[in-house]
Amino acid sequence: MPIALLHFALALVLSPMLLSLTHRTKAFFAGRQGAPWLQPYFELGRLLRKGAVFSTTTSWVFQVAPALGLAAAMAALTLLPFAGHRAIIAFPGDLLLFSGLLALWRFAAILAALDTGSSLEGMGASREAALSALGEPALILALGAIARQTGQLSLSGMLPALTVQTWNQAWPVLALLLVTLALVYLAENGRVPFDDPTTHLELTMIHEVMILDSSGPDLAFIEYAAALKLWILGALMAAILAPVSPLPEAPALLLALAGMAGVAIATGVTESVMARSRLNRLPKVLGTASILVAVALLLIQR
Amino acid sequence: MQPERLRLLRNVASIPLADVPVLAGAEFRDTIADHVARDWRVMALYGRSATAGVRLYAVLGSGERSQLAIVASEVAGDRFEALTPRVPQVHWFEREIAETFGLVPEGHPWPEPIRSLGGQTSFFKVAGEDVHEVAVGPVHAGIIEPGHFRFQCLGERVLHLEIRLGYQHRGIESTLVGGPDRRSLALLETVAGDTTVGHGLAYARIVETLGGAEVTARADVIRALALELERVANHVGDLGALAGDVGFLPTASYCGRLRGDVLNATASVCGSRFGRGWIRPGGCGFDLDSRRVRDLVRSLETLSRDIQGAVGLLFSAPSVRARFVDTGRLGPEQARELGLVGPAARATGLSRDVRHDFPDGIFRMAQLPVSTWHSGSVFARAYVRWLEVQRSLAFIRELLAWLPRGSALAESSAPPLGPDRLAVALVEGWRGEICHVAETDSRGSFQTYKIVDPSFHNWPGLGIAMRDQAISDFPLCNKSFNLSYCGHDL
Repeated sequence: MPIALLHFALALVLSPMLLSLTHRTKAFFAGRQGAPWLQPYFELGRLLRKGAVFSTTTSWVFQVAPALGLAAAMAALTLLPFAGHRAIIAFPGDLLLFSGLLALWRFAAILAALDTGSSLEGMGASREAALSALGEPALILALGAIARQTGQLSLSGMLPALTVQTWNQAWPVLALLLVTLALVYLAENGRVPFDDPTTHLELTMIHEVMILDSSGPDLAFIEYAAALKLWILGALMAAILAPVSPLPEAPALLLALAGMAGVAIATGVTESVMARSRLNRLPKVLGTASILVAVALLLIQR
Repeated sequence: MQPERLRLLRNVASIPLADVPVLAGAEFRDTIADHVARDWRVMALYGRSATAGVRLYAVLGSGERSQLAIVASEVAGDRFEALTPRVPQVHWFEREIAETFGLVPEGHPWPEPIRSLGGQTSFFKVAGEDVHEVAVGPVHAGIIEPGHFRFQCLGERVLHLEIRLGYQHRGIESTLVGGPDRRSLALLETVAGDTTVGHGLAYARIVETLGGAEVTARADVIRALALELERVANHVGDLGALAGDVGFLPTASYCGRLRGDVLNATASVCGSRFGRGWIRPGGCGFDLDSRRVRDLVRSLETLSRDIQGAVGLLFSAPSVRARFVDTGRLGPEQARELGLVGPAARATGLSRDVRHDFPDGIFRMAQLPVSTWHSGSVFARAYVRWLEVQRSLAFIRELLAWLPRGSALAESSAPPLGPDRLAVALVEGWRGEICHVAETDSRGSFQTYKIVDPSFHNWPGLGIAMRDQAISDFPLCNKSFNLSYCGHDL
């Protein structure tokens, strides 16, 4: 349990660092020096010190949603095993609660966007809803496939059960799952090719346009919850990419952190070498994720 | 063909004001419509206050014949019959006339003002379930000029886009009346800051032709050099911005820097990155010595290589092509009807380039190929820019190699302008055809100075290109046209 709490605290502290790592990678490719490593923390601190401005068209929904979203993300984090160690909370079937909490986070974000009554935010909300409707089945199926492969029904059971042996026995399954989770990771976190987190063009945004009216601590909550989500979905990929289970505690933690860094750097590389996809092609890309995971399930069943 | 109904002239020429035929309203409209039907274009259509009401002037042009023509008509009373239903390319011109003189354009499909912001205006609305309206601007998220865009959407699909500008209206044309004076050149250079050389050159040619001043061959070459450097800088910047809009970092990052380097090449000659003061009536404000020429040749060599690398990445990345191809299509027929100019027109396959069609200065001696592409999409507009960058760079190298001897510097005092004359000057700026028309009064001062920036022709084209497109593609489409707000608003 103390180790699980330590991992939880580690996630809370380090998750904005993933953003920094991605930014730095992009800066490297662009030939820039990039922002300071601690910039995401400075930004959060700046926002927390500010007051919030609420548009008169918004209701209590708009004010509750950021806290609800952050709470949902933190709750999901308590279910997440890390470095081969079980999570704070674990029970059979917790993978459904896990994806439910991620859905709740999104639900809060969409409600808040709709609450502003702005046509731009409404547009963003509708895009987010469409994408998540396609991304969520892929995520649940992927978790289900891991459960099936490892014979475990809890996240804390099944992720640590992935070992180098699993790669030896069923590498096509793991490879398919990795691609699926990578697509879900990019879509859910609003990264290229699904969304461009750095754009200033409202009409093309998905995630960013939904938070145009948020300010101050609310915006800090939203940004921080987004960083946690980056950590949560990254940890799923890292668990497959870098299985740690036979290693002792300390090297396992280091390997898991290296896996997280690898995911963040890979995100930065992707964003540096490819353009964002056209919005109306995105459903097809996410549909592909579901198809890949279905193939993985078939391979497991065989 | 009834030549007596028109007064023909060349590009950069002046005629006595009395030579302009003044026709009755119906005959005026028929003349314009007949010529447009025979592939002439309306370069400018504007009005000026006359003793009895308003006198309308139309400048027509035929690229095939390298011929310009001018015709006028008087409007008495407070209404005139709109020509737009027959000749769609005068749509915005007639709205401008109606707005400026408080006239009612009878039969005009959408007689809303294009610039005035104070009065009541109504926006085009699409009714029906699920149709929603998205309003963007005039204040935008990026550091760009102000303009208001209203989309009528069905889900993500754009049914109609209405563009409302005028937030940058400064009254340049009315300030120029009574000139030329010491402010005139500075004013013209700020019509659109990114087209300083283009508008400055058009103004210089107007003053020169009205005053009968000659320009040395060396000055002609240096002017072309300035014009092409401006073209390269802006096109490279645009290609980078297009890459940025689709989130393609490599080209976006490098083109931003490369545009700066081209601007610096301009600054190394005249001290201003945008070329202010380089071109003056009568010649140039700055000459090149042999050391400067060598430096330019060397730095342009490096630049050409770097631009090749950065832009090559853009066109070879499949993810970029997937965004550019088939987005924001305009056909050649639409472009012809709307009277588009510049790269936007050439991207639909129309061969329209003032440097080729109405050559002036060094372009009478040196022929640049007209860069066209056929698909009319964002890709085509990007690709035409890329072709032009390469051809302009090659042309600049040629110019620097055979720079004529002599002086390029302008005399400090320009000859006085001829009284009661009218002059037209066309210049192919980087956005397309720049048209200046000036009339002098009996004392040789400007009594009218009409400026038509290429953006004025092309803004309606952007609206049409967006029809049936995804609203999320608007920023990309907008950037592929990259029109000027201030050049339109004047």
